[in-house]
Amino acid sequence: MKPFGLAAILFAALAAGTAFAQSSGPIKLADVAELSGGGATVGNNWKNGIDLAVEEINAKGGILGRKIEVTHADSQSNPGVARAQVQKALDSEPYVLLGPGYSGSVKVTAPLVAEAGITQIMGGEAAELTQAGNKFLFRTSFGQQSSMPKVAKYINDEVKAKSVAVVWVNNDFGRGGRDVITKEFGGYGIKVAADISTEAGQADFAADVSKIKAANPDAVFIYLNEEESARILKELKRQGVTAPLIGETTLVGQKVIELAGDAANGARGHVGLTTDAPVELIKQFRDKFSKKYNYVPDHNGIKGYLAIYMIKATTEKMGKVDPKAFADTLHGLTIKAADEPGILMDVTFDQNGDIDRQGFLVEVVEGKQVVKQVLPKLH
Amino acid sequence: MSNLLDLLVAGLATGAIYAIVAVGFTLLWQTSQTINFAQGEFVMLPAFLMLAVMHAGAPFWLAIIIGILLSMLLLGLGFKMLLVDPMLRHGVLPLAIATMALAIGIKEAVKQFFSAEASPFPSIVPAGDLSIFGRVVSLQSLGVLVLAILAVVGLTALLNRTSLGHQMQAVAQNPTVARIIGIPVERMILLTFLINAFLVALASLLITPIYLAKFSSGEVLGQAAFIAAIVGGFNQVRGAIAGGLLIGVVDNLAAAYISTQYRAAVPMILLVVVILFRPQGLLGRPEERTV
Amino acid sequence: MTAAAKYLRIALGVAAVLALILVPATFNRYGLYILSQWAVMSIAAMGLNLTLGYAGQVSLAQGAFVGIGAYAGAILTTQGFPLIAATAVAIVLCFAIGWLLGYPALRVQHHYLAFVTLAFSTLAFLVFRNESWLTGGIYGISNIPRPHVFGMATSKPLPFYYVCLGALAIVTAAVWWLIRSPWGRAFMALRENPVRALSLGVDTRRYTLMAFAIGSALGGVAGALYAPLTQYIDPVPFNLSLSLDLLMMVIVGGSGFFFGPFLGTMIAVLLPEWLRFTQGYYLMLYAIAVILLLIWSPSGILGILDRYLTQRRTRAASALRAVAKPKLEVAQ
Repeated sequence: MKPFGLAAILFAALAAGTAFAQSSGPIKLADVAELSGGGATVGNNWKNGIDLAVEEINAKGGILGRKIEVTHADSQSNPGVARAQVQKALDSEPYVLLGPGYSGSVKVTAPLVAEAGITQIMGGEAAELTQAGNKFLFRTSFGQQSSMPKVAKYINDEVKAKSVAVVWVNNDFGRGGRDVITKEFGGYGIKVAADISTEAGQADFAADVSKIKAANPDAVFIYLNEEESARILKELKRQGVTAPLIGETTLVGQKVIELAGDAANGARGHVGLTTDAPVELIKQFRDKFSKKYNYVPDHNGIKGYLAIYMIKATTEKMGKVDPKAFADTLHGLTIKAADEPGILMDVTFDQNGDIDRQGFLVEVVEGKQVVKQVLPKLH
Repeated sequence: MSNLLDLLVAGLATGAIYAIVAVGFTLLWQTSQTINFAQGEFVMLPAFLMLAVMHAGAPFWLAIIIGILLSMLLLGLGFKMLLVDPMLRHGVLPLAIATMALAIGIKEAVKQFFSAEASPFPSIVPAGDLSIFGRVVSLQSLGVLVLAILAVVGLTALLNRTSLGHQMQAVAQNPTVARIIGIPVERMILLTFLINAFLVALASLLITPIYLAKFSSGEVLGQAAFIAAIVGGFNQVRGAIAGGLLIGVVDNLAAAYISTQYRAAVPMILLVVVILFRPQGLLGRPEERTV
Repeated sequence: MTAAAKYLRIALGVAAVLALILVPATFNRYGLYILSQWAVMSIAAMGLNLTLGYAGQVSLAQGAFVGIGAYAGAILTTQGFPLIAATAVAIVLCFAIGWLLGYPALRVQHHYLAFVTLAFSTLAFLVFRNESWLTGGIYGISNIPRPHVFGMATSKPLPFYYVCLGALAIVTAAVWWLIRSPWGRAFMALRENPVRALSLGVDTRRYTLMAFAIGSALGGVAGALYAPLTQYIDPVPFNLSLSLDLLMMVIVGGSGFFFGPFLGTMIAVLLPEWLRFTQGYYLMLYAIAVILLLIWSPSGILGILDRYLTQRRTRAASALRAVAKPKLEVAQ
């Protein structure tokens, strides 16, 4: 009987120990992001956003009086490595898992994280991610299923285009956006005049633009990463394409304007998160970020920052650090910027982990993003 | 038809850059059996060196000069003395693998010490367009083309018209004989490394305004130059030039007329066809089978 | 070799195998995943070692063959076929493609296989990405099931690690047998002296082709295991850089040494892990470590060991001679 008693005591001590670990000491977060490889720009922005938010919160005493501690792991922009790193992160039992940013990497890791009963706040934008019934997965930005219909509506209602050339980058991000918007176009009876796939990192867009010219569309929809957007804008200008150029955050962002110069003028797009939004809190965030890292972040920087403040708001709502109840609390939660300035704009999370937030339709005018229309929050 | 002309000009401008990079590639191979898998990163790095000098407050022209000199020091002298010299006698493969590791190292270092972000880079050719026979051609493409041609002509003149060039060619063709007839082989090999470093710095200067300065931008370029060198002929400078131009043009035409999704495949198919029917490359001379 | 040394080697081997079987039982999920990855990549590297180390041909497409195997595995197992059937398909497919690629390339000239495989690597990636009707395109294939072995599910990390380890053991035994067979001796003759091999009546081209095709088929085996390991595949991991990484693994471990690929893969998988505490610098340090290693020993890690053993043997031999000499003098 004796050994059994000893074991029971040991076991109880162990259990108490783990329970104890949950209720004091720093709150442990684990981030897995694209710190090297093709997605390094995405991942490093995300990481910097996270670090900035953590620093701010810790300087003010942490969450519920506990400091935050975040570890960053590199997925090398490879889903296989992402899976390994997430596995490792889960073994250390984090409060919440952050990342990854690439939709493919999210897809391969989300089942693991859900199985461990831990909440995952990620940067992926592919439509399908939140449609698989995963109860632990949350976005930090609009998924393509909510942003693309807005763009398609704009092209139909405002631009009144009947034929559109679609240019997309051939990775999961670009392909996903292209698939959703092509379907939307079908609904409006808009013809896809040219369907042009490009490579990530492509430098020479002469052939692609000459194809657009040959198709002579009423409008061009461009869905590329920032750098490629800048290059194609330059080439479109050079070849004298006059059709309206419409895109998403990645076409009209600050980075694109900086890289493309005056070739970016006239480009329009729907923007979910932009450092140029006419929102005082976002301007402050942008200043803090560029002061710390010496560059202006893209939307991935904001996403990382928001992820941390989502955790703060949710935890304070619960009044305790409880990884099990976290996801349930965040579902259906509305966080107001008035209560939690770090969230930057009022936001609501639905039962799928999708977000509802204000959006913007912007146009680049003389090298500046000008907000033409504010798309209100749905609920 | 007019469309085709546009594509040809754009293709030639890109191809001219590939050509410069491919020439350096073949020079290293010829004089010291170095297959430099970091050649693309060698093109990426000088732009960052120049940017760093500019951040320190130097004007653009000075940054160019310092950048080129630094590139010759690091990517020419340093590369040869620290990596190639100790490894050369062990054969082609370990050295090639070491340059692969070097490529990773350079990329990571740039990402870590500069930024993972792309930065704009000033162009030495003024922005703007030129109207030739009603065709709009960007000054940038034209400038790139002209400078690339100048570099190639200059290099060819150096190799074929000067005694130094003849000595280098002798070293490339047969180092043993060259040594016997009194050519300072070591110095000639060093010279080819310096020339390569100069060429990559030049390519960096020409291409970065278009490609943007980014740690990963060497990957595509290095591979294109490698393919260009094989297609044109690994053992001939003019082969590398022809290969570079051809790959640039073929890539553009493939994207326009065949398939954008498979554009990268077309140069590869060209490569395989060339190897099967003209293994020494389009302009290369047949190598004796070394066994 | 003395009997003692032989027993020592056997004991070491048995200890290593036992350690691989027993120690991981205490590992967490992450450790098991990394170790499974090591086993899978070792198979691919062993295949490349056959091509490179034993037949002296550079293949820049081993990553593409892993990809072909992975897609074969993913497509068939998600359709309900057992993994073993998928693996067989992967083997046949990769062998056939290897043969088709190698046949014209080796007809032309010695090192042109490297160029043809380089081109193939890009083509394979484009097919994985663009032919979405077959491969799921850029979205990839998810929910790849893990197999049942003798009726037991291996969906948990530990059982699946044993699947990978078992596959590694089978492949190791097969390759061990192969290089001791007349074929293997022909491969080695090729590497040591192709002209002599040719003059001795070895059909060099056929044997080189065979080595390349078998090496590629092993890439396919690795791929067929990689798919259920990650349970999701997309085209990105199978681009040219995987081929280059595998080449690096083989060279770093010591190409042409039987156990080279095991070590090289271990370095490639584990060294970055150990260096992760240096945060953003870890890949840079990894690159520097590889360069320094290759400068120090171009024949890889086992090259160092080999040199050390040779030195000891020569020293032992000269010591023996030194001992023997006075005796001889006395005898005179």
